[in-house]
Amino acid sequence: MRRRTPLVAVGVALALALAACGGSGDSGGSSSGSGTFNAGLTTTVNQSTKTGGTLRIGNAGDWDNVDPADTYYGYSWDFIRLYGRALTMFKPGPGKEGLQLVPDLAQNLGEHSADFKTWTYKLKPGIKYEDGTPVRAQDVKYDVERTLDKSTFPNGPTYFNDFLDTKGYTSPYKDKTPGKLGLKAVETPDDTTIIFHLKKPFSGFDYFAMLPATIPVPQAKDTGANYKMHVVSTGPYKFESYTPGKSLNLVRNTNWDPATDPNRKQLPDRIQVQIGINADDLDNRLMAGSMDMDVAGTGVQAAAAARIQSNPNLKKNADSSPTARLNYISMSQSVPPFDNIHCRRAVQYATDKAAMQTAWGGPLSGGDVATHLLMPLIPGNQDINPYPSGPGNHGDLAKAKAELQQCGKPNGFSTVISARTERPKEIQAALAMQQGLQKVGIKTEIKKYPQGDYFKLYAGNPAYVKKNGLGLLSMSWGADWTEGFGFLSQIVDSRVIRDAGNTNLGVTDPAVDKLIDKATTTADDTARGAIWAQIDAKVMDGAWMVPFLDVKQLLYRPPNVKNAYVSQGLNGYYDYAQLGVK
Amino acid sequence: MVNFLIRRVLAAIALLIIVSMVTFAIFFLVPRLTGASSADLASRYVGKTAGPQAIHEVEVRLGLDRPLVIQYWNFVKGIVIGAHYNFGPSKVYCGPPCFGYSFVNQTPVWPDLLDRMPVTLSLAGGAAIIWLVFGVTTGVVSALKRGSPVDRASMGIALAGVSLPIFFTGLLSLAIFRDNLQWFPGAGTYVGLTQDPLTWASNLVLPWVTLAFLQAALYARLTRAGMLETMGEDYIRTARAKGLPERTVIVRHALRATLTPVLTIFGIDLGTLLGGAVLTEGTFSLPGLGKFAIDSINNNDLPRVLGVVMIGAFFIVLANLVVDVLYAVIDPRVRLS
Repeated sequence: MRRRTPLVAVGVALALALAACGGSGDSGGSSSGSGTFNAGLTTTVNQSTKTGGTLRIGNAGDWDNVDPADTYYGYSWDFIRLYGRALTMFKPGPGKEGLQLVPDLAQNLGEHSADFKTWTYKLKPGIKYEDGTPVRAQDVKYDVERTLDKSTFPNGPTYFNDFLDTKGYTSPYKDKTPGKLGLKAVETPDDTTIIFHLKKPFSGFDYFAMLPATIPVPQAKDTGANYKMHVVSTGPYKFESYTPGKSLNLVRNTNWDPATDPNRKQLPDRIQVQIGINADDLDNRLMAGSMDMDVAGTGVQAAAAARIQSNPNLKKNADSSPTARLNYISMSQSVPPFDNIHCRRAVQYATDKAAMQTAWGGPLSGGDVATHLLMPLIPGNQDINPYPSGPGNHGDLAKAKAELQQCGKPNGFSTVISARTERPKEIQAALAMQQGLQKVGIKTEIKKYPQGDYFKLYAGNPAYVKKNGLGLLSMSWGADWTEGFGFLSQIVDSRVIRDAGNTNLGVTDPAVDKLIDKATTTADDTARGAIWAQIDAKVMDGAWMVPFLDVKQLLYRPPNVKNAYVSQGLNGYYDYAQLGVK
Repeated sequence: MVNFLIRRVLAAIALLIIVSMVTFAIFFLVPRLTGASSADLASRYVGKTAGPQAIHEVEVRLGLDRPLVIQYWNFVKGIVIGAHYNFGPSKVYCGPPCFGYSFVNQTPVWPDLLDRMPVTLSLAGGAAIIWLVFGVTTGVVSALKRGSPVDRASMGIALAGVSLPIFFTGLLSLAIFRDNLQWFPGAGTYVGLTQDPLTWASNLVLPWVTLAFLQAALYARLTRAGMLETMGEDYIRTARAKGLPERTVIVRHALRATLTPVLTIFGIDLGTLLGGAVLTEGTFSLPGLGKFAIDSINNNDLPRVLGVVMIGAFFIVLANLVVDVLYAVIDPRVRLS
């Protein structure tokens, strides 16, 4: 008799599970739509010009900041175009076209001096803020000044700090000049002209001009760290309300003039973002049709991925989107025997890349096995494979053993692999690597570190790495923008190596640094792309990094969402500035 | 009674001070003991490519370069008399109780806590009523019909409730009742009581029931065990012998004695939940104190962590105080002693 009680409980649970499994997802949402699997990679799915409705967006996390001076997240740079216009932007549209830069606030892409140290833009006439006041070049300069203030705005990128000839200028809030426009490195001779003076040449400055740092901010409305509560809009939508950590609601900006902006649409009446949603529930809502978009754009969770893969009705609404993100293992040359190139090459050959790919979700929701640093999204990419991993990419053990002989470790050696505690896939991949290396006698211990401190205190702290013998460092790096400099500059240039917060974990090659300098002074896009491919080959030749995964994100676009496509320029996210719901 | 209350309030204040000191120590003393400098701590709150100058500026702005004792003193001072904060173009006065500003996004902590409190209060309060009523009723019925199919079914369902993790039952309930049957289309989104009471309640039904399902088991079993013991007491036999109606015997005499331990557990449970029902809030995407606590801890956001820990401690202390007072109400023996 007493056995019945647990049986009742199990029965109830099973019944509930069966009821749920028979539920929402199988019908694939309310309307049929015209999508097929991966259609969003090459076409605009469900094209529409109808206005109205509310675009319902969910975010399982939260923004670093919605203020254009203080944001670094890729999805934020995509979404911010709904309420902010920078000097340039990526061309809207699926496919390779989306990698081109086009003018946004500016009339044309930048005019530069022969030495690439001076860049001039002229603003389009007639662009207004949400309150009808005109946008001036001085407002663009003011936001650039704000981004230099890393005390008030610590999160954003540091490109303007690193490249502008700031002459000690630190913040508009310490600026005593009239209008707080004391930064001499940026000139605004009139209301429509802005001139940037760099301290070192950079041929790709149009990419800097694409950053949210050039979204204009009216100085009279600037409340510093509080400005995020109502960012004054130049885009098709403006803030209705914002509660950090809870919700962000945008409504139509009636002072946005589509005649000045061929690159965006203003279709929904309202955009409603719910922040802090349970990630699995967000996926369920997308599949049930009660949510329209996951703004974070990093792909569905494992449970939803399994459902999508096995259900054709769901799979037709999914895109396995390639990104400019690489998962790799860095080798620390300060930790023996990784100071010997043959020991590094042994690891290159022995790594079981296929098992590591499986750990990350396989080809559909993990990514493709990587054989070098660049990926198809980066212009100039050349597919090379300097260390083939054998049939099935499980490792070429014979070649690995030959390299071990050459480095004087024929029976292998011991080292440590670092990984981040909060990233189970990273840990699983480290385990897969451990098992692969063991086959040639390389014994590894896996050490886990908190992700918040990983770069500041552990893997990114060269002294700690050397002291604690962290020979192999788990790494994942996404491009700031889809171009060679945007991807590689922070991970292969020896001059960016820092005492803490280091992101170049092992590459110190003066020849690579020289090639980077050459790339940054090459105007022609194709020629520049070719140099980045050379840099890729050179770093691979030094065997400093073991690339193993070109990351893909399994994205889901509910069938009721209109104009969805994956933007290559926006690093594999859907282009949020085109979406509709009618 | 007044002396009792004064003593308990003073003890509560002392406890809150100790809690704040321990929390401060955990987040700021322990890393230093393991070798982290204040610059290392500040580096958590900057972007991925920030250089040493930026880290230093943040270190100064957050006061991390000051001795720990000064940092703690400033924290206490803020609660009592308020503080000024530099937002860039101007300084802003943060009135008491000022729990400071988030290290991560520079929003004021106290208003954020006040904003999230109603969510947790709504969740915990509603669920508490359901689990108490259902738990105790189930326990009483099971005790009175001991060994019957009703008893077995009730205890079985109670066992399921306490065994199944809430992220499972929660997501399942959303999938069935929101997405499939569409009975509660807004579940997973919090709407304020004053904004729209009907939607507020409708959106909370699933989290209430899920959380109550988890908790009710304990109360059912506790009540059942207590009732079984009490119903065997001599005074119950005497009450029946005097000809009292069975309902009076059960409710006024047996249940009342059974409720003392139930009330103790209820006070602790409710007090703990008021500090944040972490798993339920996370599962149902409710922006309450529990979710706030988890996000703050993950972000090493000390001012927020301090704030939510103090609030949680306050509710636990308050709940225990209320329980102690209620003992005197329901149990005359406590009153007389």
